[in-house]
Amino acid sequence: MTIEIRTATLEPVRNTYEHIKRRFGDKPASRYQEGSYDLAPENNFHYRPLWQPDKLLNDTSRTAVVMEDWYAYRDPRQFYYGTYVQARAKLQEVTESNYAFFDKRGLADRMDDEVKEKIVRCLVPLRHAELAANMNNVSCTAYGTATVLTQAFLYNGMDRLAIAQYLSRIGLLLDGNSGDCLARAKEYWTTDPAWQGMRRYVENTLTLEDWFEIYIAQDVVLDTLVYDLIYRQFDQVITEAGGSDLAMLTEFMQEWYKDNSRWVDATLKTTLAESDHNRQLVGKWVAEWREKAATDLAPLAEIAVGEDAINASLEVLNKRLAKAGL
Amino acid sequence: MSTRKLSLKDKYRILTRDLEWEYSYRDYREIFKQEAFEGIKITDWSKWEDPFRLTMDAYWKYQAEKEKKLYAIFDAFAQNNGQQNVTDARYVNAIKLFLTGVSPLEYQAYNGFAHVGRQFGGVGARVACQMQSLDELRHVQTQIHAMSHYNKFFDGFQDFTHMHDRVWYLSVPKSFFDDARSAGPFEFMVAIGFSFEYVLTNLLFVPFMSGAAYNGDMATVTFGFSAQSDEARHMTLGLEIIKFLLEQHPDNVPVVQRWINKWLWRGTRVLTLVAMMMDYMLPNKVMSWKESFEVYFEEAASALFKDLARYGIEMPRYAETAILEKEHVSHQAWSIFYNYTHAAAFHTWMPDDKEMDWLSEKYPDTFDKYYRARFEHWRELERAGERYYNPTLPMLCQTCQIPMGFTEMDNPTLTAYRQSVYQGERYNFCSDGCKDIFDHEPEKYVQAWLPVHQIFQGNCGGPDIEDVLGDYYRINLGVDNMDFHGSPDEARWNAWHNLQPAEDKLKQAS
Ligand SMILES: [Fe+2]
Ligand SMILES: [Fe+2]
Ligand SMILES: [Zn+2]
Repeated sequence: MTIEIRTATLEPVRNTYEHIKRRFGDKPASRYQEGSYDLAPENNFHYRPLWQPDKLLNDTSRTAVVMEDWYAYRDPRQFYYGTYVQARAKLQEVTESNYAFFDKRGLADRMDDEVKEKIVRCLVPLRHAELAANMNNVSCTAYGTATVLTQAFLYNGMDRLAIAQYLSRIGLLLDGNSGDCLARAKEYWTTDPAWQGMRRYVENTLTLEDWFEIYIAQDVVLDTLVYDLIYRQFDQVITEAGGSDLAMLTEFMQEWYKDNSRWVDATLKTTLAESDHNRQLVGKWVAEWREKAATDLAPLAEIAVGEDAINASLEVLNKRLAKAGL
Repeated sequence: MSTRKLSLKDKYRILTRDLEWEYSYRDYREIFKQEAFEGIKITDWSKWEDPFRLTMDAYWKYQAEKEKKLYAIFDAFAQNNGQQNVTDARYVNAIKLFLTGVSPLEYQAYNGFAHVGRQFGGVGARVACQMQSLDELRHVQTQIHAMSHYNKFFDGFQDFTHMHDRVWYLSVPKSFFDDARSAGPFEFMVAIGFSFEYVLTNLLFVPFMSGAAYNGDMATVTFGFSAQSDEARHMTLGLEIIKFLLEQHPDNVPVVQRWINKWLWRGTRVLTLVAMMMDYMLPNKVMSWKESFEVYFEEAASALFKDLARYGIEMPRYAETAILEKEHVSHQAWSIFYNYTHAAAFHTWMPDDKEMDWLSEKYPDTFDKYYRARFEHWRELERAGERYYNPTLPMLCQTCQIPMGFTEMDNPTLTAYRQSVYQGERYNFCSDGCKDIFDHEPEKYVQAWLPVHQIFQGNCGGPDIEDVLGDYYRINLGVDNMDFHGSPDEARWNAWHNLQPAEDKLKQAS
């Protein structure tokens, strides 16, 4: 049996905001649409920024990419603030219980010292690289165009801070909070020859001006390579060496990467589909950064996994780019 | 292996502050390009005290909990047509002003805090600013979602972003935030983080949210409660930045003092809109503007500046004028809007007898003496079917962009008027504060996009003012604008509640 509660209906005078109606037609809109489209100011800026007097406050020329309509993008996850924090809260709940389990069962003690040291040397230093990823994505929020993009960059940026913090907690779990592992990992990051190419790559990205190039260098090229190299290939190496419990601590990164990739791919695709100009420009950036990364990451790939590891990751990047239309 | 216990501070240091490293492949100044040009001296970022030690996992957890509750209320509000429960339809004009005038500022804050959240060389400061950026995105989106249902039943909400970038009175808040965002990162923090979020927030945010609570607006007040803990974090960040700057180097003190002078004056001018909202637009009054100014500015600010005196910081320069003006600004601003309601995207009206008496009681020294007679006269005209609208275009202050309607405080019948000449051109100001701000950075303020100038220059369509209002501003003429009495908003409200329009009542009575 169904029960039917009667409520008073009032006839609305309009279905949604006018700018949403102009884009999507005269019908009720989703919260993602109302919260994401045509929000960034575009007109009648009062003053030029003292920090960049040749540009307007929100200036589309902060990248060489050209879009007829910057709101052509769409986040396939349809994240606005509310759906974003709720999705991440769910993921962190699982992560929290993984970390608690690892701690309570003393799983660190079950790993032999060699495995632990390998984690400290090859995984934990990434916490610094993730801080740079945070800064790079926040750059894209600050200087990018259109809320559909800038909000997703901020979510990505904050996610990277979280990953840096989870990686730090891995270091703390391995040494009972003494901080030794983190100190050693930082030493590797700043002085170990295996890491210096990677650090050079990262520092170079931090000086970039064009925010779309930042996205290419960081979210497309570097992340594809690093996440394949570390969270797939290195993960296997550790598992084979008897350290499979580490997987509990990196599940967040793997799940996050799958989720974030949906948006990274969609963004790339929309850009390339727009024009030959974009295709050539992005193609050039990808080629340049891919080449740098191949050299800069090779020493790390070798000590973390083995000689062929970097080529396997480059193959993954190639496939990804081909799928996006490059 | 024994596990050491970490204090919250240690944990935050390890999980956030320690992520930073010393760059060696690139120069610090290539990575943080904007840290030096304002003349602020930072000697040691490690002295930054983290105002709230939130890691991302905790942030997600708290915020997700709040969002879940908030959206449950929005859903219930829409399902039950909660818009019918506000005190009366005049109230809705207060939140039209909010969505068109304030929500886009939340967006600008989201932009601005991302900018400084990238530019500061200290990771603690950067991350705190990034979290505020994310919060401000939350605010603009939840406000849009809260008002979404009102938009379906009332006029004037529908084109808020388009209007914010164009309409004359919305250039007051827009230019305020453009000003802050176009300044350097440290000035931005003094302008928004400190002056706006710390000193003035209780005069901006709280009146709207309390107004919602007093007038049965469940959607807005629930948003207000939900944002409270965000705002508490923003306030501690604002205070920390000031203390940090003042402690870093004595040379920072005069720079910061000048910014405080500027931004508190800029801020009080924007608050004029809130003043008239509190005194005139709320059917159920929370308190008078004068009272809230006394509590939240005079008392709170004097305690704050006493505290900052140890750094050599003094009470902001124009505070005295602002204090005298508390008796006048709401009445003067409402007069301006009543005059120009045909060019606005919300309705105005003259207070009824009971409301006039409330104003007399709350403003015993000024309302009857300077304003009542004028308002009664306008009411008479309206009753005679000749509702007064001012057909001219007003002159705007070059700095705050409010029409020149404020008066001298030693003679409240005389409109205040200041001028400066810069590169052979004359510029007009509403006050000493606005003139001084211009004189210090004329090359910045001559750039202002002044709506009235732009209309005269033909940049807003035309030739008639109706074309500007209808085509360029996208005001639905005869629907969004004009007096509340006779508006479609009023008619719908009366139909929902089986009420007679005020005119019919009047006719029947006579
Ligand atoms: Fe806010
Ligand atoms: Fe805030
Ligand atoms: Zn002014």
